[in-house]
Amino acid sequence: MSQEVKKGVEMQDYSVIGKRLPRLDGMEIVTGKAKYTDDIVLPGTLAGKILTSEYPHARILHIDTSKAEKLSGVRGIITGKNVPMVQYGFANFVRDEYPLAFDKVRYIGDEIAAVAAIDEDIAEEALDLIEVEYEELPSVFDPEEAMKPGAPRIHEHAERNICSNHVSHVIGDVDKGFRESDYVREDRFVTQNVSHCFLETRNCLADFNANGELTFWTSTSSIYLDRFVLSHLLKIPVSKIKGNRPFVGGGFGGKGETVSCQICAALLSMKTGKPVKITLSREEQFIADRGRHRWIFELRTGAKKDGTIIAKQCRAIADAGAYNSLSFLILMHSVGYFDIVYRVPNVRYDGDMVYTNNPPCGAMRSFDCVQLRLADDSHMDMLARDLGIDTIDLYLKNVSGPGDLTASRYKLDSNGLRECIERVRDDSGWRDKRGRLPVGRGIGFAVGASIAGAKSSNDDPDASSALVKINEDGSVNLLIAAHDAGQGSRTVFSQTVAEELGIAIDDVKVNFVIDTDIIPQDQGSYASRTTIGLGNAVLAACRDAKRQIFEVVADQLHASAEDLEAKDGVIYLKGSPDGRVSFKDEGGALSLCLTSKKVVFPIIGRGHFEPETEPFDWKTGEGNISIAYGFTAKVAEVEVDTETGRVKVLNVTSASDVGKALNPLFLEGQDEGAIAMGIGQALFEKLELDKGQILNPSFSEYKIPTALDMPRTIRSTWVETLDPHSPFGAKGIGEAVIVPMPAAIANAVYDAVGVRINEFPITPDKILEEVEKKGKLGE
Amino acid sequence: MKCLIRLKVNGETYEIAVEPRKTLLDVIRNEIGLTGTKKGCNMGECGACTVLLDGKAVCSCLVLGVEADRREVITIEGLGNGVHPDPLQEAFVKHGAIQCGFCTPGMIMTARKLLDENPSPSEEEVREAICGNLCRCTGYVKIVEAVLDVARSEKGGRDAGLLSHR
Repeated sequence: MSQEVKKGVEMQDYSVIGKRLPRLDGMEIVTGKAKYTDDIVLPGTLAGKILTSEYPHARILHIDTSKAEKLSGVRGIITGKNVPMVQYGFANFVRDEYPLAFDKVRYIGDEIAAVAAIDEDIAEEALDLIEVEYEELPSVFDPEEAMKPGAPRIHEHAERNICSNHVSHVIGDVDKGFRESDYVREDRFVTQNVSHCFLETRNCLADFNANGELTFWTSTSSIYLDRFVLSHLLKIPVSKIKGNRPFVGGGFGGKGETVSCQICAALLSMKTGKPVKITLSREEQFIADRGRHRWIFELRTGAKKDGTIIAKQCRAIADAGAYNSLSFLILMHSVGYFDIVYRVPNVRYDGDMVYTNNPPCGAMRSFDCVQLRLADDSHMDMLARDLGIDTIDLYLKNVSGPGDLTASRYKLDSNGLRECIERVRDDSGWRDKRGRLPVGRGIGFAVGASIAGAKSSNDDPDASSALVKINEDGSVNLLIAAHDAGQGSRTVFSQTVAEELGIAIDDVKVNFVIDTDIIPQDQGSYASRTTIGLGNAVLAACRDAKRQIFEVVADQLHASAEDLEAKDGVIYLKGSPDGRVSFKDEGGALSLCLTSKKVVFPIIGRGHFEPETEPFDWKTGEGNISIAYGFTAKVAEVEVDTETGRVKVLNVTSASDVGKALNPLFLEGQDEGAIAMGIGQALFEKLELDKGQILNPSFSEYKIPTALDMPRTIRSTWVETLDPHSPFGAKGIGEAVIVPMPAAIANAVYDAVGVRINEFPITPDKILEEVEKKGKLGE
Repeated sequence: MKCLIRLKVNGETYEIAVEPRKTLLDVIRNEIGLTGTKKGCNMGECGACTVLLDGKAVCSCLVLGVEADRREVITIEGLGNGVHPDPLQEAFVKHGAIQCGFCTPGMIMTARKLLDENPSPSEEEVREAICGNLCRCTGYVKIVEAVLDVARSEKGGRDAGLLSHR
């Protein structure tokens, strides 16, 4: 446990919080009862299919849909010419997309037209009958090429193909810092495109009725954002749009943006007057997916002989693909993630997100912090070796701490990174193993961090709301827009209600489906924001309901409502053993409420939370971007087969600053899943692109880890720092936990065979090539 | 032209006219209306659509509906329900072996088949058995734990109280 206990939150004994409780929606899932979007059927539903560009960059001269329209069974076709000419995109200053391309296409996969037909086969056949006349344009696929003068311009507004603007952040005097350093090291790394690979592809069922109202069901991380975008594009007021979010088969950041299939389903339903469902095939999903960017990092670090870091510099260029998506926001975070883990006096970060004719990239678990730390933690491992210092000692010498204001102005009110590092060092046997393992075996270390809750900016309130409804029998309905895709937030917030009202979790019923007409708004599951954002709203709703009950009970006990507490089914007067009533038993608090004129049933508690707005500089990336920050450290042990180059991850030791562990079962699940995803990214996952064409759009060609790829031993532990901004002190950790995994493996591979792969993933062929080179050099 | 097939699904007999190119997965989901079986790739690569066909675990997206004529299918709905769940279903909940849940029905069917054939598998045998079922959320750790837990308790009798606790 950390000694850091901040105002407002103290270590307490909890009855429900912190327990290993199973998921409340678990039986729904394991019995096959849980309904996902594609499981929902409306009578007369048409199947929708989308025609996409075959060219990476081309002008659309003409689209002829006449043959397709004549095909029996086709009910409606839309093209860029007959859909709203309104641009959309995540933030208003980066909007660069139309629902369907109308003037030109910018990548292979750019959506051109959509068909609704009585079944999917006919819709597909109709796509083949649509004739598109293109004029091919010169294209560019490498971000460094795309920035050069004379490169093809992909968007009219973007000079040198730079998305939004160049970002430059300088703190201190970096050149002086390098001059004063005893040692300076430089490295260049290139990361790869990685796909989300959630098992449920993106989809939408849309039903536009005769009253001009749109109802839709979709697999999403933000049903309210989808409703907003549809309202904006279709010019339908939000009051006439009802979004439903049923169970969701994974997201990992890839379902937070409204995309063409959702918009086209709505447009086709409006055109045909029938329900229309579009479910992407796996291949379509690989093409439409907006996964991790390919980054080029040039890193420079200057240090004293004793390992004190004096200056750090990063030149980052990333391939955004054909549209901005969330690229610009990701670049902003990259600035902050460069210095969040250290105390460094002199820092320079120069970054560009660059348009190319590759498929667009977007948000994926950690918002690309994982690539930055993969590069920087590899670089730091080499720096430590050059200096003759143990890598973990180097980090401990420079690590950021609680209360720090980072170079990028992040306020690290709680920060347990030092404790995480010490924990994994001790738990992994690092001291005994580092440098002492036989050839072919290696151990590696890395750190990670992530935002844990988004801050509001002026045009984008990041608000959460919750309703708690207490019924006469003592049962409680929790109404929340928890965008749970497996993290367990529905269950954790039910734990919150049980804890705060002092009742049993079995008495809490939480909604599994989010219906935007009924459920109070929450912005969604991104930025690891749910734990703090929605958590605070749930807590506020509980307190509002509790206050109403306490006022009634206070009269009975001749006490003040402020002096009452609720725990384990009883409401009692603090410090007085006699002053107590049962919560729900006959004659207890709820019986008193029934006869009281002060309250009526159901007792409704309302809660709302909106973080403070803080200034943010879009030119420098400077500003406190999150409510809190999560931290993690990992050690990986690997075995490299020097004959085949194959890497096997033997075990992983992990420690994460989660603020407060609300439900260890779910935390372990997040960590173990992140370890799997990190192994895939380190060792084999890569979207293979050739002139903008994805060569491996299937699970047999794009490999993700199976049960056999996992280490047989994983040790996940938690450091509790009790963040002052959050319910019970907890911080969202789903993103941070993946961050160190690839770098820990890369460093372990170096430890095992002494070769460094600077272009990821670390595949056997690259290892063998480097081992051979090294052998020839006689090292 | 449609073909008339007769198949038994979860103990009930269905007579359905299906187009010859429709997969068993589509027949189960769209004709019979059992949506617990999931479509993750439709290419036999992810295992989300795994069902038992005459007792054998198959990707139902790789079997044509007409091939299931006169055969018996068990889907996740037939394995157990909220009132009478299969021990695997309970163990998956208890161990936190579910996250988004999309791979879960197929994963449980594969695990059921494994335990029917090999009541006391080693950890490696469990991993081997489920390696055709992709999960992007869990890292498989808790799935393996859940299956091994059921193996231990089934071997010792359901009420023997051998369930392990972490």
